[in-house]
Amino acid sequence: MGFEIISYGFMQRALVSGIAIALMCSVVGLFLVLRRHSLFGDALAHSAFGGIAAGLFLGIYPMWTAFIVSILSALGLTKIRQRFQISGDATVAILLSSGLAMGVILISLAGGFTVNLFSFLFGSILLVSLENTILILGLAGSILIVILLLYKQFVYTTFNEEQAKVSGIQVEKVSYLLVVIAGITVVSSMQLVGILLTSSLIVIPNVTAMLFSRGFKQTTILSMSFAVFSAVIGILTSYSFNIAPGGMIVLISIIIFGVSLGLKSLRKNKFIRKPITARS
Amino acid sequence: MKLVEIENLSVNYDGILALEKVSFSVEEKDFLGIIGPNGAGKTTLFSCMLGLLNNYQGEIRFFGTNIRKSKQYLRQIGYVPQKPTFEKNFPATVAEVVRMGLRKNQKDNVIDNVLQKVWLHELSHRRIGDLSGGQQQRVFIAKALVSEPQILILDEPVTGIDLQSKDLFYQILRDLNQKDKITIIWSSHDLDAVAKLAGMVACLNRTLFFHGISEEFFHNENLLKMYSESSMQMHMHHHEN
Repeated sequence: MGFEIISYGFMQRALVSGIAIALMCSVVGLFLVLRRHSLFGDALAHSAFGGIAAGLFLGIYPMWTAFIVSILSALGLTKIRQRFQISGDATVAILLSSGLAMGVILISLAGGFTVNLFSFLFGSILLVSLENTILILGLAGSILIVILLLYKQFVYTTFNEEQAKVSGIQVEKVSYLLVVIAGITVVSSMQLVGILLTSSLIVIPNVTAMLFSRGFKQTTILSMSFAVFSAVIGILTSYSFNIAPGGMIVLISIIIFGVSLGLKSLRKNKFIRKPITARS
Repeated sequence: MKLVEIENLSVNYDGILALEKVSFSVEEKDFLGIIGPNGAGKTTLFSCMLGLLNNYQGEIRFFGTNIRKSKQYLRQIGYVPQKPTFEKNFPATVAEVVRMGLRKNQKDNVIDNVLQKVWLHELSHRRIGDLSGGQQQRVFIAKALVSEPQILILDEPVTGIDLQSKDLFYQILRDLNQKDKITIIWSSHDLDAVAKLAGMVACLNRTLFFHGISEEFFHNENLLKMYSESSMQMHMHHHEN
């Protein structure tokens, strides 16, 4: 494998989109993981599947319907959870199955689609167009800027909602904004790893980063690094060995997680934890 | 100067009266201990005062303004909850948690000063989840103090904390009130600590049956007897339920 593959237009678009999606997923994912909403991404991706099927059925560009359905589902799910006090995992299960059901019904009504659904299920980053690359860059840039501007509000409401409320933060608005951002992130990332593997990009780099870091900023930077590394190496190796890039990206992030677990347990065995010495 | 005025505060949870016509006020630099048995309505009272619960009757004023009209008063309040719940593995250092309490125009160097006040400056780079319960509560005091509030509200802050940590915690509270002139409103089960620290006492059991100078309460055997009887009744009530 030489460097010439980077000179190909499709590879440049794949790498640029992959890096942007990896950054978006790791940053948004950290808030979801810490709010114990790790499977929220999975549920949104499945509801997006319903949106894609609706788009194909109605003859609308499926990514747009996926965005709409995913954002509406995210908002609806949050409202239901707040209003009826249904547990988070139950609402995720409802959303996940209803999205899939909607998709399957629309597909069977249409008697199957000519478009390859496989690319939506497992991603098709090597086929990403220039227009889509620009869209992904725009969305990733906007989401990262919003998170940077409202960084304190996001961190504080994730840490402790009640205290954030007392300090004057509009917790509900921040939570709604976060789920909208999560919906956009999930639909964008479908192009990289597909519906079935989206939640892995949201969860694995963050869980890996949390093994090593003490602080929030440190965790964010580490998680972004792991996600970008997995995306770049995954795309390059998948092309060289003719493997599906989505699966390869996730596999690399799992390898990083496994190695990190090993390193962490080695470090634990080697050093006795320093006692906390300040006045207790 | 009256910083807090509560008038005829009543709270009804689905037909059950949690608070009934509670009225009292808090003067500047007061150290008010709110005592009462479990279920007496202390946390409900704080929830109303902090704007977390809005379906109450009566009026609550901070700095002379009805809190239903403006939430600006929250900028002058530091709040330490009973047991702050957060994800055990939350990746935040002590300094990052304290920074959450900073106001927009404040600089980071305030964090070190406030951590020194609560004897935690050596642990500023530790992950919050690695600290003991007592140390975590001091971090939350530091977070509440970093915005330099006029009033500190603490809801049974030493529940489940060891004796040594409690003593240190009480020493910090005394210094904050006496040296830094911060008004403190503090709910507690620990009558001995309230007797030692608080200048004013409010005794709550759904209704307020005493509010006044601490010595007056703790030297009045009738009041103490009334308090223990009402606590016992509440205790029995909890067991019956």
